[in-house]
Amino acid sequence: MAQKEKDALSGVETTGHEWDGLRELNNPLPKWWLYIFYVCIAWSLVYYVLYPAWPLGKSYTKGLLGYSQREELVQKVADGKKAQEKYLTAIAATSVEDIQKNKDLLAFAMAGGRSYFNENCAACHGAGGQGAKGFPTLADDVWLWGGTTADIYKTIQHGIRADDGDTRGTVGIGMTAFGRDGILNREQIGQVAEYVLSLNKRSTDAAAAEKGKTVYDENCAACHGDSAQGSVAVGMDVGAPPLVTANWLYGGDKATLVETITNGRAGVMPAWSKRLDDATVKSLAVYVHNLGGGK
Amino acid sequence: MAEEKKGFSHDTIERNTLLLIVLILITVSIGGLVQIVPLFTIESTIEKVDGVRPYSPLELAGQNIYYREGCYNCHSQQIRPFRDEVERYGHYSLAAESMYDHPFQWGSKRTGPDLARVGGKYSNDWQVAHLADPRAVVPESIMPGYAWMKDRPLKYTDIQDHMKTLRIVGVPYTDEQIASAKADLEAQKNPDADTAGLMKRYPKAVVANFTGNKGVTEMDALVAYLQVLGTMVDFTKYQSPKQLQQ
Repeated sequence: MAQKEKDALSGVETTGHEWDGLRELNNPLPKWWLYIFYVCIAWSLVYYVLYPAWPLGKSYTKGLLGYSQREELVQKVADGKKAQEKYLTAIAATSVEDIQKNKDLLAFAMAGGRSYFNENCAACHGAGGQGAKGFPTLADDVWLWGGTTADIYKTIQHGIRADDGDTRGTVGIGMTAFGRDGILNREQIGQVAEYVLSLNKRSTDAAAAEKGKTVYDENCAACHGDSAQGSVAVGMDVGAPPLVTANWLYGGDKATLVETITNGRAGVMPAWSKRLDDATVKSLAVYVHNLGGGK
Repeated sequence: MAEEKKGFSHDTIERNTLLLIVLILITVSIGGLVQIVPLFTIESTIEKVDGVRPYSPLELAGQNIYYREGCYNCHSQQIRPFRDEVERYGHYSLAAESMYDHPFQWGSKRTGPDLARVGGKYSNDWQVAHLADPRAVVPESIMPGYAWMKDRPLKYTDIQDHMKTLRIVGVPYTDEQIASAKADLEAQKNPDADTAGLMKRYPKAVVANFTGNKGVTEMDALVAYLQVLGTMVDFTKYQSPKQLQQ
Protein backbone atom coordinates (compact mmCIF):
# COMPACT_ATOMS: atom_id res chain seq x y z
CA MET A 1 0.00 0.00 0.00
CA ALA A 2 1.85 2.85 1.45
CA GLN A 3 5.06 2.67 -0.46
CA LYS A 4 6.25 5.23 -2.95
CA GLU A 5 6.06 4.33 -6.53
CA LYS A 6 6.27 6.12 -9.82
CA ASP A 7 3.42 6.18 -12.18
CA ALA A 8 4.60 4.39 -15.26
CA LEU A 9 2.77 6.60 -17.73
CA SER A 10 3.63 10.10 -16.47
CA GLY A 11 6.74 9.30 -14.49
CA VAL A 12 5.36 11.25 -11.52
CA GLU A 13 5.59 9.91 -8.01
CA THR A 14 2.25 8.83 -6.53
CA THR A 15 0.99 9.61 -3.03
CA GLY A 16 0.71 5.93 -2.33
CA HIS A 17 -3.04 6.19 -1.79
CA GLU A 18 -5.15 3.80 -3.75
CA TRP A 19 -8.88 3.73 -4.26
CA ASP A 20 -10.24 0.82 -6.15
CA GLY A 21 -7.13 0.63 -8.21
CA LEU A 22 -6.93 4.38 -8.87
CA ARG A 23 -3.81 6.12 -7.65
CA GLU A 24 -3.20 9.79 -6.97
CA LEU A 25 -0.25 11.57 -8.53
CA ASN A 26 1.84 13.58 -6.13
CA ASN A 27 2.31 16.63 -8.34
CA PRO A 28 3.90 19.59 -6.59
CA LEU A 29 1.73 22.65 -5.88
CA PRO A 30 2.01 25.37 -8.51
CA LYS A 31 4.86 27.69 -7.62
CA TRP A 32 2.81 30.88 -7.91
CA TRP A 33 0.26 29.45 -5.46
CA LEU A 34 2.90 28.31 -3.02
CA TYR A 35 4.72 31.66 -2.95
CA ILE A 36 1.49 33.62 -2.46
CA PHE A 37 0.72 31.30 0.41
CA TYR A 38 4.10 32.05 2.03
CA VAL A 39 3.65 35.79 1.44
CA CYS A 40 0.25 35.64 3.18
CA ILE A 41 1.80 33.97 6.19
CA ALA A 42 4.54 36.58 6.32
CA TRP A 43 1.97 39.35 5.89
CA SER A 44 -0.10 38.05 8.78
CA LEU A 45 2.97 38.05 11.05
CA VAL A 46 3.63 41.69 10.18
CA TYR A 47 -0.05 42.46 10.71
CA TYR A 48 -0.03 40.83 14.18
CA VAL A 49 2.79 43.12 15.19
CA LEU A 50 1.37 46.37 13.76
CA TYR A 51 -2.38 46.04 14.25
CA PRO A 52 -4.76 44.87 17.00
CA ALA A 53 -4.82 41.12 16.66
CA TRP A 54 -4.80 38.73 19.59
CA PRO A 55 -7.34 38.59 22.38
CA LEU A 56 -5.94 38.74 25.90
CA GLY A 57 -8.88 38.16 28.22
CA LYS A 58 -10.44 41.58 28.82
CA SER A 59 -8.16 43.32 26.40
CA TYR A 60 -6.25 42.51 23.23
CA THR A 61 -2.87 43.19 21.67
CA LYS A 62 -3.00 46.79 20.45
CA GLY A 63 -0.26 46.55 17.85
CA LEU A 64 2.62 48.98 17.33
CA LEU A 65 0.53 51.40 15.23
CA GLY A 66 -2.11 51.61 17.98
CA TYR A 67 -4.88 51.63 15.41
CA SER A 68 -8.42 52.05 16.73
CA GLN A 69 -11.46 52.51 14.55
CA ARG A 70 -13.19 54.64 17.18
CA GLU A 71 -10.14 56.86 17.52
CA GLU A 72 -9.82 57.20 13.78
CA LEU A 73 -13.47 58.25 13.64
CA VAL A 74 -13.00 60.92 16.30
CA GLN A 75 -10.01 62.20 14.34
CA LYS A 76 -11.85 62.24 11.02
CA VAL A 77 -14.87 64.02 12.46
CA ALA A 78 -12.54 66.56 14.06
CA ASP A 79 -10.67 67.04 10.77
CA GLY A 80 -13.94 67.54 8.95
CA LYS A 81 -15.11 70.07 11.50
CA LYS A 82 -11.80 71.86 11.35
CA ALA A 83 -11.98 72.20 7.59
CA GLN A 84 -15.37 73.88 7.98
CA GLU A 85 -14.58 75.62 11.26
CA LYS A 86 -14.37 79.11 9.79
CA TYR A 87 -17.95 78.87 8.55
CA LEU A 88 -19.43 76.73 11.31
CA THR A 89 -18.33 79.03 14.11
CA ALA A 90 -19.44 82.06 12.13
CA ILE A 91 -22.86 80.52 11.51
CA ALA A 92 -23.23 79.51 15.15
CA ALA A 93 -22.36 83.05 16.21
CA THR A 94 -24.53 84.84 13.66
CA SER A 95 -28.27 85.31 13.77
CA VAL A 96 -30.25 83.61 11.03
CA GLU A 97 -31.21 86.98 9.55
CA ASP A 98 -27.59 88.07 9.32
CA ILE A 99 -26.56 84.79 7.72
CA GLN A 100 -28.96 85.67 4.90
CA LYS A 101 -27.17 88.99 4.39
CA ASN A 102 -23.64 87.53 4.35
CA LYS A 103 -22.92 86.11 0.91
CA ASP A 104 -20.25 83.61 2.02
CA LEU A 105 -22.17 82.31 4.99
CA LEU A 106 -25.34 82.07 2.95
CA ALA A 107 -23.61 79.96 0.29
CA PHE A 108 -22.19 77.65 2.94
CA ALA A 109 -25.48 77.39 4.84
CA MET A 110 -27.39 76.64 1.66
CA ALA A 111 -24.99 73.86 0.64
CA GLY A 112 -24.97 72.30 4.11
CA GLY A 113 -28.66 72.92 4.60
CA ARG A 114 -29.42 71.09 1.40
CA SER A 115 -27.63 67.92 2.57
CA TYR A 116 -29.24 68.01 5.96
CA PHE A 117 -32.63 68.77 4.48
CA ASN A 118 -32.43 65.76 2.18
CA GLU A 119 -31.45 63.46 5.02
CA ASN A 120 -33.74 64.74 7.75
CA CYS A 121 -36.60 66.81 6.35
CA ALA A 122 -37.32 65.49 2.87
CA ALA A 123 -39.00 62.33 4.15
CA CYS A 124 -41.99 64.42 5.27
CA HIS A 125 -41.68 67.70 3.39
CA GLY A 126 -40.43 66.28 0.08
CA ALA A 127 -37.06 66.70 -1.60
CA GLY A 128 -38.05 70.08 -2.99
CA GLY A 129 -40.13 71.12 0.01
CA GLN A 130 -43.30 70.28 -1.92
CA GLY A 131 -44.89 68.64 1.13
CA ALA A 132 -47.37 65.78 1.28
CA LYS A 133 -50.79 65.22 2.80
CA GLY A 134 -50.43 66.28 6.43
CA PHE A 135 -46.90 67.61 5.91
CA PRO A 136 -46.80 71.29 4.94
CA THR A 137 -45.31 72.57 1.74
CA LEU A 138 -42.22 74.65 2.47
CA ALA A 139 -41.81 76.06 -1.00
CA ASP A 140 -44.89 78.30 -0.95
CA ASP A 141 -45.82 81.39 1.05
CA VAL A 142 -48.39 79.74 3.35
CA TRP A 143 -46.87 79.31 6.80
CA LEU A 144 -48.64 77.71 9.76
CA TRP A 145 -46.08 78.83 12.31
CA GLY A 146 -44.56 81.84 10.60
CA GLY A 147 -42.36 82.13 7.55
CA THR A 148 -39.59 84.46 8.62
CA THR A 149 -36.16 82.90 9.01
CA ALA A 150 -36.43 83.36 12.78
CA ASP A 151 -39.81 81.60 12.84
CA ILE A 152 -38.50 78.71 10.78
CA TYR A 153 -35.40 78.49 12.97
CA LYS A 154 -37.56 78.28 16.09
CA THR A 155 -39.83 75.65 14.54
CA ILE A 156 -36.92 73.43 13.50
CA GLN A 157 -35.24 73.81 16.88
CA HIS A 158 -38.20 72.97 19.06
CA GLY A 159 -40.56 71.16 16.74
CA ILE A 160 -44.33 71.28 16.74
CA ARG A 161 -46.29 69.58 19.53
CA ALA A 162 -43.02 67.78 20.21
CA ASP A 163 -41.29 66.45 23.27
CA ASP A 164 -39.51 69.74 23.97
CA GLY A 165 -40.19 72.36 26.62
CA ASP A 166 -40.27 75.22 24.11
CA THR A 167 -42.13 73.38 21.40
CA ARG A 168 -44.68 75.26 19.28
CA GLY A 169 -48.31 74.50 19.99
CA THR A 170 -49.31 72.18 22.81
CA VAL A 171 -48.34 68.51 22.95
CA GLY A 172 -51.28 66.31 22.06
CA ILE A 173 -53.56 69.25 21.33
CA GLY A 174 -54.34 70.43 17.85
CA MET A 175 -57.52 71.32 16.07
CA THR A 176 -60.59 70.37 18.09
CA ALA A 177 -62.49 67.26 17.00
CA PHE A 178 -65.77 69.13 16.62
CA GLY A 179 -67.73 66.06 15.56
CA ARG A 180 -66.16 63.38 17.69
CA ASP A 181 -66.33 65.54 20.80
CA GLY A 182 -69.98 66.38 20.16
CA ILE A 183 -69.51 70.15 19.78
CA LEU A 184 -71.11 70.32 16.34
CA ASN A 185 -73.70 67.99 14.87
CA ARG A 186 -73.42 66.51 11.40
CA GLU A 187 -75.65 69.16 9.87
CA GLN A 188 -73.54 71.98 11.30
CA ILE A 189 -70.35 70.31 10.12
CA GLY A 190 -71.75 70.04 6.62
CA GLN A 191 -72.75 73.72 6.72
CA VAL A 192 -69.40 74.98 7.94
CA ALA A 193 -67.64 72.82 5.33
CA GLU A 194 -69.81 74.51 2.68
CA TYR A 195 -68.86 77.89 4.11
CA VAL A 196 -65.16 77.01 3.89
CA LEU A 197 -65.72 75.91 0.28
CA SER A 198 -67.50 79.21 -0.40
CA LEU A 199 -64.40 81.08 0.71
CA ASN A 200 -62.76 79.72 -2.43
CA LYS A 201 -65.92 80.10 -4.50
CA ARG A 202 -66.37 76.35 -4.61
CA SER A 203 -69.60 76.03 -2.62
CA THR A 204 -72.52 74.34 -4.33
CA ASP A 205 -75.07 75.04 -1.59
CA ALA A 206 -75.34 78.77 -0.90
CA ALA A 207 -77.99 78.35 1.81
CA ALA A 208 -75.87 75.90 3.80
CA ALA A 209 -72.82 78.11 3.38
CA GLU A 210 -74.78 81.06 4.71
CA LYS A 211 -75.69 79.10 7.85
CA GLY A 212 -72.14 77.77 8.00
CA LYS A 213 -70.82 81.31 8.42
CA THR A 214 -72.49 81.54 11.83
CA VAL A 215 -71.01 78.20 12.85
CA TYR A 216 -67.63 79.40 11.62
CA ASP A 217 -67.77 82.66 13.52
CA GLU A 218 -68.68 80.90 16.74
CA ASN A 219 -66.30 77.94 16.53
CA CYS A 220 -63.53 78.45 14.02
CA ALA A 221 -62.74 82.17 13.84
CA ALA A 222 -60.91 82.14 17.18
CA CYS A 223 -57.96 80.29 15.61
CA HIS A 224 -58.42 80.63 11.85
CA GLY A 225 -59.27 84.33 12.05
CA ASP A 226 -62.43 86.31 11.23
CA SER A 227 -61.69 86.27 7.54
CA ALA A 228 -60.05 82.81 7.63
CA GLN A 229 -56.64 84.32 7.09
CA GLY A 230 -54.95 81.79 9.43
CA SER A 231 -53.46 82.00 12.89
CA VAL A 232 -50.20 83.58 11.79
CA ALA A 233 -52.07 86.57 10.36
CA VAL A 234 -54.06 87.03 13.57
CA GLY A 235 -50.94 86.72 15.69
CA MET A 236 -51.68 83.40 17.37
CA ASP A 237 -49.19 80.58 17.77
CA VAL A 238 -51.53 77.63 17.19
CA GLY A 239 -50.74 76.60 13.63
CA ALA A 240 -54.24 77.09 12.20
CA PRO A 241 -53.86 77.33 8.41
CA PRO A 242 -55.50 80.04 6.31
CA LEU A 243 -58.62 78.76 4.58
CA VAL A 244 -58.69 81.29 1.76
CA THR A 245 -55.79 79.92 -0.24
CA ALA A 246 -55.56 77.10 -2.74
CA ASN A 247 -53.11 75.30 -0.48
CA TRP A 248 -54.57 72.52 1.64
CA LEU A 249 -52.60 70.61 4.22
CA TYR A 250 -54.95 67.63 4.38
CA GLY A 251 -57.13 68.30 1.36
CA GLY A 252 -59.69 70.93 0.42
CA ASP A 253 -62.50 68.78 -0.98
CA LYS A 254 -65.69 68.59 1.02
CA ALA A 255 -65.19 65.01 2.24
CA THR A 256 -61.77 65.85 3.64
CA LEU A 257 -63.04 69.09 5.20
CA VAL A 258 -65.81 67.16 6.94
CA GLU A 259 -63.30 64.57 8.11
CA THR A 260 -60.99 67.29 9.43
CA ILE A 261 -63.78 69.15 11.23
CA THR A 262 -65.14 65.91 12.68
CA ASN A 263 -61.91 64.39 13.99
CA GLY A 264 -59.62 67.39 14.31
CA ARG A 265 -55.95 67.45 13.31
CA ALA A 266 -52.75 67.65 15.29
CA GLY A 267 -49.64 67.34 13.15
CA VAL A 268 -46.37 66.75 14.94
CA MET A 269 -42.86 67.75 13.96
CA PRO A 270 -39.88 66.50 16.01
CA ALA A 271 -37.63 68.97 17.85
CA TRP A 272 -34.40 68.90 15.87
CA SER A 273 -32.14 70.65 18.36
CA LYS A 274 -31.95 67.29 20.10
CA ARG A 275 -30.51 65.62 17.03
CA LEU A 276 -28.63 68.33 15.15
CA ASP A 277 -26.24 71.00 16.37
CA ASP A 278 -27.06 74.69 16.25
CA ALA A 279 -25.07 75.53 13.12
CA THR A 280 -26.92 72.76 11.29
CA VAL A 281 -30.33 73.92 12.46
CA LYS A 282 -29.50 77.48 11.39
CA SER A 283 -28.33 76.26 7.99
CA LEU A 284 -31.59 74.37 7.63
CA ALA A 285 -33.63 77.44 8.57
CA VAL A 286 -31.84 79.49 5.93
CA TYR A 287 -32.22 76.73 3.35
CA VAL A 288 -35.94 76.31 4.01
CA HIS A 289 -36.46 80.07 3.93
CA ASN A 290 -34.89 80.10 0.48
CA LEU A 291 -36.94 77.23 -0.91
CA GLY A 292 -39.20 79.85 -2.37
CA GLY A 293 -41.74 80.96 0.18
CA GLY A 294 -39.76 82.65 2.93
CA LYS A 295 -41.22 85.86 4.29
CA MET B 1 2.76 15.33 -0.30
CA ALA B 2 2.26 12.85 2.47
CA GLU B 3 5.43 11.58 3.95
CA GLU B 4 4.59 8.12 5.12
CA LYS B 5 4.43 7.70 8.86
CA LYS B 6 3.48 4.77 10.96
CA GLY B 7 0.32 4.80 13.08
CA PHE B 8 -1.16 8.35 13.13
CA SER B 9 -0.83 8.98 9.44
CA HIS B 10 -2.71 10.53 6.60
CA ASP B 11 -3.54 7.02 5.61
CA THR B 12 -5.03 6.08 8.98
CA ILE B 13 -7.13 9.27 9.15
CA GLU B 14 -8.49 8.95 5.67
CA ARG B 15 -9.52 5.36 6.22
CA ASN B 16 -11.21 5.93 9.58
CA THR B 17 -14.32 8.06 9.11
CA LEU B 18 -15.05 8.51 12.80
CA LEU B 19 -11.51 9.69 13.53
CA LEU B 20 -11.71 12.00 10.51
CA ILE B 21 -14.96 13.56 11.78
CA VAL B 22 -13.60 14.07 15.27
CA LEU B 23 -10.43 15.71 13.98
CA ILE B 24 -12.41 17.97 11.63
CA LEU B 25 -14.63 19.06 14.52
CA ILE B 26 -11.61 19.86 16.68
CA THR B 27 -9.95 21.85 13.91
CA VAL B 28 -13.08 23.84 13.06
CA SER B 29 -13.90 24.59 16.69
CA ILE B 30 -10.44 26.07 17.25
CA GLY B 31 -11.24 28.59 14.53
CA GLY B 32 -14.65 29.27 16.07
CA LEU B 33 -13.43 29.54 19.64
CA VAL B 34 -10.63 31.95 18.76
CA GLN B 35 -13.12 34.24 17.05
CA ILE B 36 -16.11 33.93 19.37
CA VAL B 37 -14.86 33.44 22.92
CA PRO B 38 -12.92 36.72 23.21
CA LEU B 39 -16.15 38.62 22.45
CA PHE B 40 -17.49 37.43 25.78
CA THR B 41 -14.59 38.93 27.67
CA ILE B 42 -13.18 41.95 25.77
CA GLU B 43 -14.37 45.19 27.38
CA SER B 44 -15.52 46.95 24.23
CA THR B 45 -17.94 44.16 23.33
CA ILE B 46 -19.51 43.75 26.78
CA GLU B 47 -19.51 47.44 27.72
CA LYS B 48 -22.40 48.33 30.03
CA VAL B 49 -24.37 51.36 28.89
CA ASP B 50 -26.96 53.34 30.85
CA GLY B 51 -30.49 53.45 29.54
CA VAL B 52 -30.75 50.23 27.53
CA ARG B 53 -33.85 48.37 28.64
CA PRO B 54 -35.85 45.39 27.39
CA TYR B 55 -38.57 46.28 24.89
CA SER B 56 -42.03 47.10 26.17
CA PRO B 57 -44.70 44.53 25.24
CA LEU B 58 -46.03 46.68 22.37
CA GLU B 59 -42.51 47.37 21.07
CA LEU B 60 -41.73 43.66 21.34
CA ALA B 61 -44.82 42.78 19.32
CA GLY B 62 -43.72 45.38 16.78
CA GLN B 63 -40.25 43.90 16.65
CA ASN B 64 -41.77 40.50 15.90
CA ILE B 65 -43.65 42.07 12.99
CA TYR B 66 -40.39 43.67 11.84
CA TYR B 67 -38.84 40.19 11.81
CA ARG B 68 -41.89 38.63 10.19
CA GLU B 69 -42.00 41.12 7.33
CA GLY B 70 -38.27 40.78 6.73
CA CYS B 71 -37.53 44.48 7.15
CA TYR B 72 -33.91 43.45 7.76
CA ASN B 73 -33.67 42.47 4.11
CA CYS B 74 -33.41 46.13 3.21
CA HIS B 75 -32.71 47.96 6.48
CA SER B 76 -29.74 47.51 8.78
CA GLN B 77 -29.72 48.60 12.41
CA GLN B 78 -26.08 49.33 12.90
CA ILE B 79 -24.35 52.66 12.48
CA ARG B 80 -20.74 51.92 11.76
CA PRO B 81 -17.95 54.09 13.18
CA PHE B 82 -17.27 56.04 10.00
CA ARG B 83 -17.58 59.78 9.55
CA ASP B 84 -20.16 59.61 6.76
CA GLU B 85 -22.40 57.31 8.77
CA VAL B 86 -22.04 59.19 12.03
CA GLU B 87 -22.81 62.53 10.38
CA ARG B 88 -25.83 61.07 8.66
CA TYR B 89 -27.36 58.81 11.30
CA GLY B 90 -25.88 59.89 14.63
CA HIS B 91 -23.60 58.22 17.17
CA TYR B 92 -22.26 54.84 16.04
CA SER B 93 -24.13 51.85 17.44
CA LEU B 94 -22.89 50.30 20.66
CA ALA B 95 -23.01 46.55 21.18
CA ALA B 96 -25.14 47.06 24.29
CA GLU B 97 -27.87 48.79 22.31
CA SER B 98 -28.83 45.55 20.63
CA MET B 99 -28.24 43.23 23.56
CA TYR B 100 -31.95 42.51 23.97
CA ASP B 101 -32.55 41.86 20.27
CA HIS B 102 -33.02 38.18 19.55
CA PRO B 103 -31.94 37.93 16.82
CA PHE B 104 -30.00 41.19 16.44
CA GLN B 105 -30.74 43.30 13.36
CA TRP B 106 -27.30 44.70 12.51
CA GLY B 107 -27.22 43.59 8.93
CA SER B 108 -25.02 44.68 6.08
CA LYS B 109 -27.66 45.16 3.40
CA ARG B 110 -29.00 48.65 2.94
CA THR B 111 -31.52 49.09 0.20
CA GLY B 112 -33.28 51.51 2.53
CA PRO B 113 -31.58 53.65 5.15
CA ASP B 114 -30.19 52.38 8.44
CA LEU B 115 -32.85 52.37 11.15
CA ALA B 116 -30.70 52.11 14.28
CA ARG B 117 -31.63 55.68 15.32
CA VAL B 118 -34.85 56.26 13.47
CA GLY B 119 -36.78 56.59 16.75
CA GLY B 120 -38.17 60.12 17.10
CA LYS B 121 -36.70 61.21 13.78
CA TYR B 122 -40.15 61.42 12.19
CA SER B 123 -43.61 61.88 13.69
CA ASN B 124 -45.94 58.96 14.43
CA ASP B 125 -48.25 60.22 11.70
CA TRP B 126 -45.42 60.10 9.21
CA GLN B 127 -44.48 56.56 10.18
CA VAL B 128 -48.07 55.42 9.69
CA ALA B 129 -48.53 57.31 6.42
CA HIS B 130 -45.19 56.11 5.11
CA LEU B 131 -45.67 52.44 6.05
CA ALA B 132 -49.14 52.45 4.53
CA ASP B 133 -48.02 54.03 1.28
CA PRO B 134 -44.35 55.00 1.09
CA ARG B 135 -44.75 56.91 -2.17
CA ALA B 136 -47.45 59.14 -0.70
CA VAL B 137 -44.74 60.92 1.27
CA VAL B 138 -41.50 59.91 -0.46
CA PRO B 139 -42.23 59.80 -4.21
CA GLU B 140 -38.85 58.28 -5.06
CA SER B 141 -39.19 55.41 -2.57
CA ILE B 142 -39.11 51.79 -3.72
CA MET B 143 -40.31 50.37 -0.40
CA PRO B 144 -43.38 48.14 -0.49
CA GLY B 145 -46.53 49.46 1.20
CA TYR B 146 -48.04 47.85 4.27
CA ALA B 147 -51.46 49.46 4.29
CA TRP B 148 -53.19 46.29 5.45
CA MET B 149 -51.23 46.41 8.68
CA LYS B 150 -53.20 49.47 9.73
CA ASP B 151 -56.41 47.48 10.11
CA ARG B 152 -55.04 44.10 11.03
CA PRO B 153 -55.63 43.46 14.74
CA LEU B 154 -52.47 42.63 16.66
CA LYS B 155 -52.48 39.14 18.16
CA TYR B 156 -51.05 39.54 21.59
CA THR B 157 -52.64 36.82 23.68
CA ASP B 158 -49.23 35.16 23.73
CA ILE B 159 -47.18 38.25 24.54
CA GLN B 160 -46.29 36.91 27.98
CA ASP B 161 -44.96 33.72 26.41
CA HIS B 162 -42.71 35.78 24.16
CA MET B 163 -41.37 37.63 27.19
CA LYS B 164 -40.86 34.43 29.18
CA THR B 165 -39.00 32.88 26.26
CA LEU B 166 -36.76 35.92 25.93
CA ARG B 167 -36.09 35.70 29.66
CA ILE B 168 -34.69 32.21 29.12
CA VAL B 169 -32.14 33.60 26.67
CA GLY B 170 -31.14 36.40 29.01
CA VAL B 171 -33.49 39.36 28.60
CA PRO B 172 -34.12 40.49 32.19
CA TYR B 173 -37.92 40.78 32.16
CA THR B 174 -39.15 40.88 35.76
CA ASP B 175 -42.15 38.93 37.04
CA GLU B 176 -43.92 42.28 37.40
CA GLN B 177 -43.25 43.16 33.77
CA ILE B 178 -44.56 39.83 32.58
CA ALA B 179 -47.61 39.99 34.83
CA SER B 180 -48.60 43.44 33.55
CA ALA B 181 -47.67 42.76 29.93
CA LYS B 182 -51.15 42.91 28.46
CA ALA B 183 -52.14 46.00 30.41
CA ASP B 184 -48.87 47.70 29.42
CA LEU B 185 -49.35 46.77 25.79
CA GLU B 186 -52.82 48.29 25.69
CA ALA B 187 -51.78 51.35 27.71
CA GLN B 188 -48.97 52.25 25.32
CA LYS B 189 -51.48 52.61 22.51
CA ASN B 190 -53.86 54.75 24.56
CA PRO B 191 -52.75 58.30 25.44
CA ASP B 192 -55.65 58.61 27.88
CA ALA B 193 -54.67 55.52 29.87
CA ASP B 194 -52.81 55.59 33.16
CA THR B 195 -49.30 55.09 31.83
CA ALA B 196 -47.36 55.74 35.06
CA GLY B 197 -46.64 52.03 35.54
CA LEU B 198 -45.72 51.57 31.90
CA MET B 199 -43.32 54.51 31.90
CA LYS B 200 -41.70 53.31 35.11
CA ARG B 201 -41.17 49.85 33.73
CA TYR B 202 -40.18 51.05 30.25
CA PRO B 203 -38.72 54.59 30.35
CA LYS B 204 -38.84 56.55 27.07
CA ALA B 205 -41.58 54.35 25.62
CA VAL B 206 -43.60 56.36 23.10
CA VAL B 207 -47.28 56.39 24.10
CA ALA B 208 -49.74 57.31 21.37
CA ASN B 209 -52.71 56.13 19.41
CA PHE B 210 -50.49 55.64 16.41
CA THR B 211 -53.08 54.65 13.83
CA GLY B 212 -56.13 56.29 15.39
CA ASN B 213 -57.89 52.92 15.32
CA LYS B 214 -59.81 51.66 18.31
CA GLY B 215 -58.15 48.28 18.85
CA VAL B 216 -54.41 47.62 18.83
CA THR B 217 -53.30 46.96 15.26
CA GLU B 218 -50.07 45.57 13.89
CA MET B 219 -49.21 49.03 12.62
CA ASP B 220 -49.47 50.42 16.17
CA ALA B 221 -46.99 47.85 17.40
CA LEU B 222 -44.55 48.36 14.54
CA VAL B 223 -44.54 52.16 14.89
CA ALA B 224 -44.10 51.89 18.68
CA TYR B 225 -41.05 49.73 17.99
CA LEU B 226 -39.60 52.04 15.32
CA GLN B 227 -40.07 55.08 17.53
CA VAL B 228 -37.92 53.66 20.33
CA LEU B 229 -35.03 52.54 18.12
CA GLY B 230 -31.79 54.18 19.17
CA THR B 231 -33.42 56.49 21.71
CA MET B 232 -32.65 54.57 24.88
CA VAL B 233 -29.08 55.76 25.41
CA ASP B 234 -28.58 59.45 26.20
CA PHE B 235 -25.49 60.25 24.15
CA THR B 236 -25.08 63.67 25.69
CA LYS B 237 -24.08 61.75 28.82
CA TYR B 238 -22.40 58.76 27.22
CA GLN B 239 -18.65 58.69 27.50
CA SER B 240 -16.74 55.92 25.83
CA PRO B 241 -14.53 54.42 28.57
CA LYS B 242 -10.87 55.37 28.24
CA GLN B 243 -9.66 51.89 27.46
CA LEU B 244 -12.16 51.68 24.62
CA GLN B 245 -11.12 54.95 23.05
CA GLN B 246 -7.61 53.60 22.74
